[in-house]
Amino acid sequence: MSPKLERLSQALQEVLGDKLRSIVVDRGEVTIDVAPEDYLGVAQSLRDHADLCFEELIDVSGLDYSTYGNGAWGGKRFAVAVHLLSVAKNWRLRVKVFAADDDFPVLESVVGVWPSANWYERETFDLYGIMFSGHPDLRRILTDYGFVGHPFRKDFPVTGYVEMRYDAEQGRVVYQPVTVEPRENTPRIVREENYGDVGHG
Amino acid sequence: MAEIRNYTINFGPQHPSAHGVLRLVLELDGEVVERADPHIGLLHRGTEKLAETRTWIQSVPYMDRLDYVSMMCNEHAYCMAIERLLGIEVPIRAQYIRVMFDEVTRILNHLLGIGTHALDIGAMTMVLYTFREREDLMDVYEAVSGARMHAAYYRPGGVYRDLPDRMPQYEVNKFKNANTVRQLNESRQGSMLDFLEDFTNRFNGYCDDYETLLTDNRIWKQRTVGIGVVTPEQAKAWGFTGVMLRGSGVAWDLRKKQPYEVYDQVDFDVPVGKTGDCYDRYLVRMEEMRQSNRIIKQCIDWLRKNPGPVIADNHKVAPPPRERMKANMEELIHHFKLFTEGMHVPAGEVYAAVEHPKGEFGVYAVSDGANKPYRLKMRAPGFAHLAAMDEIARGHMIADVVAIIGTMDVVFGEIDR
Repeated sequence: MSPKLERLSQALQEVLGDKLRSIVVDRGEVTIDVAPEDYLGVAQSLRDHADLCFEELIDVSGLDYSTYGNGAWGGKRFAVAVHLLSVAKNWRLRVKVFAADDDFPVLESVVGVWPSANWYERETFDLYGIMFSGHPDLRRILTDYGFVGHPFRKDFPVTGYVEMRYDAEQGRVVYQPVTVEPRENTPRIVREENYGDVGHG
Repeated sequence: MAEIRNYTINFGPQHPSAHGVLRLVLELDGEVVERADPHIGLLHRGTEKLAETRTWIQSVPYMDRLDYVSMMCNEHAYCMAIERLLGIEVPIRAQYIRVMFDEVTRILNHLLGIGTHALDIGAMTMVLYTFREREDLMDVYEAVSGARMHAAYYRPGGVYRDLPDRMPQYEVNKFKNANTVRQLNESRQGSMLDFLEDFTNRFNGYCDDYETLLTDNRIWKQRTVGIGVVTPEQAKAWGFTGVMLRGSGVAWDLRKKQPYEVYDQVDFDVPVGKTGDCYDRYLVRMEEMRQSNRIIKQCIDWLRKNPGPVIADNHKVAPPPRERMKANMEELIHHFKLFTEGMHVPAGEVYAAVEHPKGEFGVYAVSDGANKPYRLKMRAPGFAHLAAMDEIARGHMIADVVAIIGTMDVVFGEIDR
């Protein structure tokens, strides 16, 4: 671990204390895991504490762990990974929060802390159906007007459920059930460790 | 008689200066914007979901189609994410090639950005000149990858192949006679590097021409000075990166601050704006092109002197050379496995960001050890920039909205993904 990451993880442990569920340093990146009820408070101190200074929110990404490792996942299903950047300190951090309820995932919105979270949370809501309480304008953003479902969930087929075409008789565009057959060109495979190494098998 | 002054209008998605498919719902008080509500997603293709159904290498061409005016920079972030997950090193020559093409891409992007920005607000001539120069750089793209735009040239572990020894030449046809063709081919007699060097020698003169057209142009200044002012605090709060952040006076450039590849080996300066208006961002882009030109020259010098491999030797990740594949059973198996099943990337997650011409382009990749990504999230700079549209445009005239869209340099391939 480089001295910089050491400093960052120490500062995180000091500032956040027992709100830190876990801290992982892997491949030169720091990831912390916080509980959903602590999320907003942690966000506030990450931005404002003089030892951390995460003044920019770079990205918010939804995650659906339901088929992770072909079903080997035991934890909660939905998570949000927030990427933060400190321009002053020149370091980055990933904050992961798992939503408590798998059927109706709700997290607190951090729009009040970082205004740039606005569209990112709308996107996460649109694609994963994760709700953000306290968000000023939680509309769909990327999908079609009147779209049903959350397309990036693992149980949503790549082909979708409806397709759109122009109907000459009715003289307008109509939606109908998809006629495309789902297909998979290359199957998804998780191999055992050191598969294909020299001297193995 | 009561005067009706409030309108709600649709700006786009077919408006030529909406840069593609932006639908902007503007609430106006007379000609003053009270609220701007961008509706995006008209170009949403679900790249991230599609990538989950392809092997790692099959998604490289999707990256070109994100920001389709800076193709290779997108590939760069994606390949860097895979390389970090795998923990493999890229050969030094490939790193120089990548830096060189990142800068070629930056010039390509800024030429289009400045050209169309000027076109949008009334300076038609600019786009004609900038597209002339883009043509030369497109030819460079074509010479290395075979495609003018969607190159798929960067691969996990390096680049697809070494730089070609010969530059493709024009041929006589019914539109171009022998004399024209001879003139066009004058700079194309040598290798691709010779052609690119010739371009870099000419390019500063072209920049001077653009500056003559715009920098002191009274109309250009009237349309851009004091328009779309962003303070450094606002820029950080809205998640701005790249030129949008530097234009406000924050000296933040990933190439300097978190150097990747060989950016710490080359010499260049980072221009920074003062007031954070459209004019400053224009000046920053102009200077960035000159700096990119400088980097390209240094890379050309280095690449001339130092031959070597351009892709990693690990055949679990990168395919073996074709001749060896045809002569050696082991290599044939590697080739077959790599292009059918694909590579297996160890479980973990990584966020790799590059200084894309528009800002910070990042790829957040989560792998569970399979031959496909478990989750791939692209962080597009334009998405954050456009999200601030409402607050930047508020209080401006409707004609200034066009200037603001131009200065944000939005491209919907990356925003809608």
